[in-house]
Amino acid sequence: MSELLHVSSSPHVRSKDTTQKIMLYVVISLLPAACFGVYNFGMQALVLILVTIASCVLSEYVFNMITKRKQTIQDLSAVVTGLLLALNLPPAFPWYLAIVGGIFAIIVVKMVFGGLGQNFMNPALGARCFLLISFTGYMTNFTYDGESVATPLALLKAGESVKTMDLFMGTTAGTIGETCVIALLAGAIFLILMGVIQITIPASYIITFAIFTLLFGGHGFDMTFLVAELCGGGLMLGAFFMATDYATSPITTNGRIIFGICLGILTGVFRFYGASAEGVSYAIIFSNLLVPLIEKVSRPKAFGKGGKA
Amino acid sequence: MGILTFKGGVHPYEGKELSKDKPVTSYLPKNDLVFPLSQHIGAPATPVVAKGDHVLAGQLIAEAGGFVSAPIYSSVSGTVKAIEPRRTGTSAMVQSIIIENDGEYKSVEFQPVEDVFSLSKEEVIERIKTAGIVGMGGAGFPTHVKLSPKEPEKIDYIIANCAECEPYLTSDYRLMLDEPENLIGGMKLMVSLFEHAKGIIAIEDNKPDCIDLLSKMTADEPKIEVKAVKTKYPQGSERQMIFATTGRAINSAMLPADAGCIVDNTATIINVYKAVKEGKPLTHRVVTITGDAINDPRNFDVLFGTSFAELVEAAGGFKNQPEKIISGGPMMGFAVFDYNFPVVKTTSSLLCMTKDEAAQYEPTACINCGRCVEVCPSRLIPSRLAKLMDHGDIEAFEKMDGVECVECGSCSYICPAKRHLAQSIRAGRQTVLANRRKK
Repeated sequence: MSELLHVSSSPHVRSKDTTQKIMLYVVISLLPAACFGVYNFGMQALVLILVTIASCVLSEYVFNMITKRKQTIQDLSAVVTGLLLALNLPPAFPWYLAIVGGIFAIIVVKMVFGGLGQNFMNPALGARCFLLISFTGYMTNFTYDGESVATPLALLKAGESVKTMDLFMGTTAGTIGETCVIALLAGAIFLILMGVIQITIPASYIITFAIFTLLFGGHGFDMTFLVAELCGGGLMLGAFFMATDYATSPITTNGRIIFGICLGILTGVFRFYGASAEGVSYAIIFSNLLVPLIEKVSRPKAFGKGGKA
Repeated sequence: MGILTFKGGVHPYEGKELSKDKPVTSYLPKNDLVFPLSQHIGAPATPVVAKGDHVLAGQLIAEAGGFVSAPIYSSVSGTVKAIEPRRTGTSAMVQSIIIENDGEYKSVEFQPVEDVFSLSKEEVIERIKTAGIVGMGGAGFPTHVKLSPKEPEKIDYIIANCAECEPYLTSDYRLMLDEPENLIGGMKLMVSLFEHAKGIIAIEDNKPDCIDLLSKMTADEPKIEVKAVKTKYPQGSERQMIFATTGRAINSAMLPADAGCIVDNTATIINVYKAVKEGKPLTHRVVTITGDAINDPRNFDVLFGTSFAELVEAAGGFKNQPEKIISGGPMMGFAVFDYNFPVVKTTSSLLCMTKDEAAQYEPTACINCGRCVEVCPSRLIPSRLAKLMDHGDIEAFEKMDGVECVECGSCSYICPAKRHLAQSIRAGRQTVLANRRKK
């Protein structure tokens, strides 16, 4: 033989999926919500989105450079984090604070703990909660057409009602990406069809929360209230795009169901018994911390060892 | 009854169209023939010939080295040139008998029988043992041992594993089309050895022609049934095959016989029938030479001992210089650095790939996506097991049932981060098993 042959351990073929492709699909699935956010809130939203993404990507780049590691920005996970964080910010949020948020999300929540796959909580939500605690005023100042208004959830908590159609179409106040339920659902369906996420966590989350709302929401079986609670706040954005983040959710189906139930209960508790009108962010990061425990109790039985084969 | 599939599994590119429609042609060797003394599970065979001896085709050249062992016969007439270590398809150096072919193919006399069912059970098993039949799907377990379980009255299914789930391989497919009567004969023979047994011929549904043909031919057989199973890798894995056809699940500490089943490969069953009926020892098999680097991918009926290098020539040689040559299939086969190794009882194919897919990607961090969990047929968590191995934590690996892994490679195949999961888990499994043997 004239040339050397490769020798390696089997298997010798690989599927075409890559981490980068998966991240790209997530970015694409968020575009409808992002585009609507820009349409709904104007140029300031676009600036925030771009600045936050840039801040995340640069933070990861610089961190890898300083710590002399292989560059990882090409896997696009920093882009996803930046986009998700931006969609969780109010449109009038100062861009220079968004940069701070991006740096926190990447450096503190992700890179310091080992980078991709090692973050212990969702980086975008970790940064959002950091910003919420540090810059509460800016983070709770929701504007619409230039004026400060109350979000649908705040209105509901105060006992007022909201128009359901507005919630679906997204023509309300809120963070950049959470308002248009139709855009979010479109993106979510895309992700499910591409096999990037499964319906397990969103379904378990939303159903649990719906039951909790009917039982403890204080409005009995008022369907309009239920729909408003489901579509308002960051629930749809959180259930489909943030709770399903791979690194911070359980790796097994049973684990995911339990995770969804925790999320539903916690969101209900925070929203109805807590001081602020919404609780999705805190519910998700809290449940992220519970994941190692959840995985311990939900390990599947091996084939032939008594479990369902 | 079984659900005709199992949970998990992957769908790699099938590649069977390269060679499935090429009829099997006989190939006669040009050079010396190499017979490794270990072509089976169990003790290596011990030579009964010496350098310089003249042998005939079908003559015993090495006898079984114990109960779990098998004899080896010359496939040609000629002279014993040497007995020395030679490289096999697993890249191991194995003591082998080298025979120089005299080109005459003079054979010993055989003792055929008219009716295989006129023989007693003991005579049938003896014929199978003498013929040196071992599992030809790749594992090489001596068939006469498999057909002698501790509690024969508990066996209720004889399963013909005709899945051929590895991509590119078409030798079993061609055998089913060309020798269906031998397959059915072998099944009936094996079923007759166990008073409570029924036969199942399990074929993946990507072979509808075989399913049709065998279904028609077994329509009047009360004890033999043809079942179509869903095409998915690794349907041909023994545990998955038993589960799909019977609904019974066994783990690594159990034998198929514990679930009342005996599973055998297509070629094994056909050769069981021929050995008993014709009284001939096992001296040849069908192999597939395939891959996108081969000019004329096809199937050959080859005498044991023939070099794969000759078969590559006979298949038109290389179209492109391959990056990787694999003995077996792409999911579980062995990559070789020298393709001049002999055809033995367990080699089913040579796969020559222009591009090495595994080398194309650098492994990156595990993103916890859970795809490996979805596809694992043993219902394990491959990414965790591989991580435990990376940290050297053998106890935790064993606690997490790492030994249940069937080494199918589905996890590495599906991982988007291109991590070498199967390799790490295999290393862990071998370590645990070796530690257990030491105790």
